[in-house]
Amino acid sequence: MTNSDKGSSYVKPVMSDGIRVDLRLIATLIEPGARVLDVGCGDGSLLRYLVEEKDVDGRGLEISQAGVRACLRQGLSVVQGDADADLKNYPSGAFDYVVLSETLQTTHNPLVVLRELVRIGRFAIVSFPNFGYWHCRWQLLVGGRMPITKSLPLPWHATPNIHFSTIADFIETCRQEDIKVARSYAVNQRGTLGRFFGARVFANLFGAQGVFLLATELPRQDDESRAG
Amino acid sequence: MESSDLMAPVDKPMADREAHAPDAFNHQPKIVLDGEGPLLLDSGVSLAPLTITYQAYGELNAHKSNAILVCHALTGDQYVGGVHPVTGRPGWWDNVVGPGRPLDTDRYFVLCANVLGGCMGSLGPQEGDPKTGKPYALSFPVVTIGDMVRAQARLLDHLGVEQLFCVIGGSMGGMQALEWASRYPERVFSAVPIAAAARHTAQNIAFHEVGRQAIMSDPDWCGGDYLSQGKRPRQGLAVARMAAHITYLSDLAFHRKFGRLLQDSREITYGFDAEFQVESYLRHQGSAFVDRFDANSYLYITRAMDYFDLAAEHDGVLSKSFHDTPVRFCVIAFTSDWLFPTTESQSVVRALNANAANVSFCEIETDKGHDSFLLDEPEFFDVLNGFLRGAAKHRGLI
Repeated sequence: MTNSDKGSSYVKPVMSDGIRVDLRLIATLIEPGARVLDVGCGDGSLLRYLVEEKDVDGRGLEISQAGVRACLRQGLSVVQGDADADLKNYPSGAFDYVVLSETLQTTHNPLVVLRELVRIGRFAIVSFPNFGYWHCRWQLLVGGRMPITKSLPLPWHATPNIHFSTIADFIETCRQEDIKVARSYAVNQRGTLGRFFGARVFANLFGAQGVFLLATELPRQDDESRAG
Repeated sequence: MESSDLMAPVDKPMADREAHAPDAFNHQPKIVLDGEGPLLLDSGVSLAPLTITYQAYGELNAHKSNAILVCHALTGDQYVGGVHPVTGRPGWWDNVVGPGRPLDTDRYFVLCANVLGGCMGSLGPQEGDPKTGKPYALSFPVVTIGDMVRAQARLLDHLGVEQLFCVIGGSMGGMQALEWASRYPERVFSAVPIAAAARHTAQNIAFHEVGRQAIMSDPDWCGGDYLSQGKRPRQGLAVARMAAHITYLSDLAFHRKFGRLLQDSREITYGFDAEFQVESYLRHQGSAFVDRFDANSYLYITRAMDYFDLAAEHDGVLSKSFHDTPVRFCVIAFTSDWLFPTTESQSVVRALNANAANVSFCEIETDKGHDSFLLDEPEFFDVLNGFLRGAAKHRGLI
């Protein structure tokens, strides 16, 4: 981390290309031409963006047949499979970046998945809905009901999310697993994002989503500045 | 496999059909590939001269970079598109190969060769043995999927095609596509194995054995020498086809088409005629098959499939078959295919992932069973179109 990277620096999201703000942020973390595996790639919007705009060698893993078909229709290389079951097949260090956007909370064994991500990729990029977001806390505390927000839009019985966490939980888990957090961001409900460092309490309260760049070892200084 | 053709008439008894030889037709183009000497088979036997018949659709471009090799299935042949000269019906993949279709002949040069051991003009047990002047029959050496692929490679050498843009096939054709990608990775830009597997399972072998026994227990098989004796094991081959045909469909496909409907009567007649429509349909499938296929060829090709085990050639580790492969793969399976179930395709995908290969995999939801790859399945075509377009972009073809 350089000094200028410290603290929160909020930037306006660029949404003109219709790509989700967290995906846009993820894209900025990825070097052009890198080898990228997008786990839970959905309809392929991030993968396509990365292939077209950043010339990455991109692959996807997606559980739904409809998602896979949508990806293949766009000429993307995507395997129909399950993050819980299929990541173990990939060799260590096979990719520069392994992306897991808004999927960790749907996995049966998030810890195993997390370990696999940093094994397969030099870096892992993880985004997830933050259950510590003030709006969630408010709904639970005052209304006594499970929160429904933009990043958690479905009622308790319909949600695919089975392992909720907060930004603070996630950081603690990474510490326990010896996974290095190279960069961390919070995205708020309006889609504004900010880098946080040393402002975890603030991020955990005002971030609707967390986005993390992870590594098994801390990246070198030059890697770090390129990634930004 | 032939299209299951559920709309076929179901009332043709097989016994009173006129016997005629499927080899009577002169298949062209037919070329002799003896430039590199005899073909050394996996069994250790050398085969010469090697004759191969094939069909070509579309034009080979100046860079010879737009060739697609279609590998046909067990009872398929080189007549992928257009009209089949023996049956007078459309080619077996006419819905996939042609202008504006997934294998677009306006863009690609589509090739399909009759497999080694086949009966549509390529070297097989019904062809004449140059040593005796009589049909090879059972003196024809047992061939493997690897042998078929090596023969195809010689055809490509002859045509001056160094690298295929794509090798594609369903069922046994998918086995050949996998063998191609494994054996000649530098000659294959992309591979599409459909409803296939990297090995034949015990159940697959078991079904084939039923078919072979049906043929061999027909007295007209004559120990394999029926051609010399002017006979044909029609009944045995028809029964083999009937049994196999069941495995190409699904419970639901049979139920939807036939249910328990009776063929001619309103009530059951307490006899053993083809009372149920499904019986009549199967008998028709059997008898139509006999008119276009050779019994010994059926024995040889089923054996080739039984012997196929890609991992066995690599210390039993399938991922070694694709070590650092540069080939782009698209593996396709069908949910109701119980003959080559999705799990077999997934094994291939796992082996490819272990090499961080460029692989796509999709399981198509359909209730039509193994033969789905021959039918109009829009989602299947969608996936095929998307993959080929993506690969063509990377190959600089579009």
